[in-house]
Amino acid sequence: MGKPIPLSGNYAVAYAVKAADVDVIAAYPITPQTAVVEKLSEFVANGELDAEFIHVESEHSALSAVVGASAAGARVFTATSAQGLLLMYEIMHIASTMRLPIVMTIATRAISAPINIWCDHSDFMASSDAGWIMLMGVNAQEAHDLTIAAYRIAEDPRALLPVAVGYDGFWVSHTVEPVHVVEREGALRYAPKRVARYVLDPERPVTMGSLGSPDWYFEFRVQLQDAVEKSREVISEALREFKQHFGREYREVDGLYTDDADVVLVLMGSAVGSAVPFAEEARRAGLKVGVVNVRLFRPFPEEEVLKHLEGAKVVAVVDRAINPGSSSVGPLYSDVAVTAFKRGLDVPILSYVTGLGGRAVMKSHFEAMVKHAYGFVGKRMRDVKTHYSFVGVRE
Amino acid sequence: MSSFTIASIPREELLAPGHRMCQGCGAAIVMRHLLKALGKDVVIAHATGCVEVTTSVYPETAWRVPWIHVAFENAAAVASGIEAAVKALKRKGSLSREKRVKVVTIAGDGGTYDIGLQALSGMLERGHDVLYVLYDNEAYMNTGIQRSGGTPLYAWTTTTPVGRVWRGEWRKKKDIVGIVRAHRIPYAATVNFAYITDFYTKIRKAAEIEGPTFIHAYAPCVPGWRYEPHLTVKLARMVVQTGIWVNYEIERETFRVTTPVPKRLPVSEYLKLQGRFAHLTKEEIDAIQRMVDEDAEYINKLAGSVVIGPVEKRG
Repeated sequence: MGKPIPLSGNYAVAYAVKAADVDVIAAYPITPQTAVVEKLSEFVANGELDAEFIHVESEHSALSAVVGASAAGARVFTATSAQGLLLMYEIMHIASTMRLPIVMTIATRAISAPINIWCDHSDFMASSDAGWIMLMGVNAQEAHDLTIAAYRIAEDPRALLPVAVGYDGFWVSHTVEPVHVVEREGALRYAPKRVARYVLDPERPVTMGSLGSPDWYFEFRVQLQDAVEKSREVISEALREFKQHFGREYREVDGLYTDDADVVLVLMGSAVGSAVPFAEEARRAGLKVGVVNVRLFRPFPEEEVLKHLEGAKVVAVVDRAINPGSSSVGPLYSDVAVTAFKRGLDVPILSYVTGLGGRAVMKSHFEAMVKHAYGFVGKRMRDVKTHYSFVGVRE
Repeated sequence: MSSFTIASIPREELLAPGHRMCQGCGAAIVMRHLLKALGKDVVIAHATGCVEVTTSVYPETAWRVPWIHVAFENAAAVASGIEAAVKALKRKGSLSREKRVKVVTIAGDGGTYDIGLQALSGMLERGHDVLYVLYDNEAYMNTGIQRSGGTPLYAWTTTTPVGRVWRGEWRKKKDIVGIVRAHRIPYAATVNFAYITDFYTKIRKAAEIEGPTFIHAYAPCVPGWRYEPHLTVKLARMVVQTGIWVNYEIERETFRVTTPVPKRLPVSEYLKLQGRFAHLTKEEIDAIQRMVDEDAEYINKLAGSVVIGPVEKRG
């Protein structure tokens, strides 16, 4: 590992895309993602990256253009946030069912209304049913590394699925941190370009995007489910080999102090960086708090999450998004609770929604959550009357 | 190029038989000859629509050339991506530089006049080497005859029905080629298969020119326009002879009518063949005639001479 250089999360992603030697980039500006494509434009403008840069007129066209480019055999990239991701939503489902290995990064941001450019996970969560592999980095280094890993995962013939890499808008996208940059040679050794699939080629004509009648549609959708399910192995292999190539280790799920924890906080994104020192401090004060960072959100790493919950007396799931009117309220909560239920884990599982629309997630918020959660130690899920609460909101 | 004759039409069929397009479908004729004119070295990006759903019913396909459908509003964006990929892969050595692959978009009037207009504008403005073919059957025929921006004045559709208050569509068809022309692209033209050598000549020209080009193809719809299937080509001829449709091309800003009509037939000759106009009163037919007269004047102004003549007075 060489010397790290100071990079924002956005620039760290741009350096990863450059290292992956992408052929086609199509993107549309939206805060807080914009700096990714600004930097990539510079790389292309300077001849540091040999790629076609399509200045599309919307995010819908951005994803559509990379669908076309990927179908033609190119390695592609796009990036977006919030409203842009929602505009892409229609095409996200098509990209996955057409099994196109597209890589997209999402600088996560709140969705309108009211319009708000700051961080939460509403956009990321809203697109989590589209059949994409979804990863979430907690800092600039992870955003960089996971973007490189995403190419290897997406293009693996066992996966052939689009991959989205999320990282928190502003908290990560605009925060400058020391980042070890992977160089092109190393990136291509780890994630060589693979086109082990059908492409649009006049020598071998194929029809893509057929009409699937009731006789066939169901099978296509089940194949997508199977592919996402089977990608677990590809993801875990890609993360394992990432360590061998670059020395940095990533797992689908990180657990800290979960072995003997009374209360386990389960969360995603940059707030993990505040939860860990909080847990350490809480432990010094005699509160047994554990932290689980869910790095892979789709496919949901049930076994890996469960491993860290088994000893817990209370599970506190921290969500930066609301799914209004749903039985879970917090979208991450939904996956954690179902996972726990499936394995008969009968402890209180509580949902804490916090940090919406750029509101900071502070130590005091974790204190409030843990204090509240401790009140449920020794109880069971059926004893919980209201499973969710909002932390850091005006009464 | 002008020496193209009927005998020059290639024998090879690149649109396979067995597709589900209707008997007498105008779009089917457009597709068959479009593919013959283009040849094999193409990649097609197709918008959702009649032709798309009737030619790609899994596990069959009517396309003997590489073909992709993604969604309704984005065919021009998908084509932009394919074209960019071909360019990048050629430059970076993973595709042979010698081979020319023409990327072609096919979309209907809904996918062009309405929902796909933004993607079309973006593709044209960015200068992609893409030929965009609009087959215009003047309504959302795939979903069952709903009006689009391409539906002509007074046409009955299921969303512009004839009732006590409404008399069919009350707005004029959008000038789509005018919008395309404003992008100052190298080539745009209208084609009509009743004038088949003109059709071939223009498609070949549009495919050969590097950069964005646009073809607006007339495509009668049997169930949507409510006429007998054997009348498709007759309608195609009548629409030109009445001056309702004008075959023209705009090459590097130069406007040229390729099928001059010295004496026009009255519009009623065209309208009376179609059930979608069956409700028209004499006043409404006169209103359409006046509109077409004005359009002819506009075309003559663009052409710089009288290429579309007056309505022939009948004995």
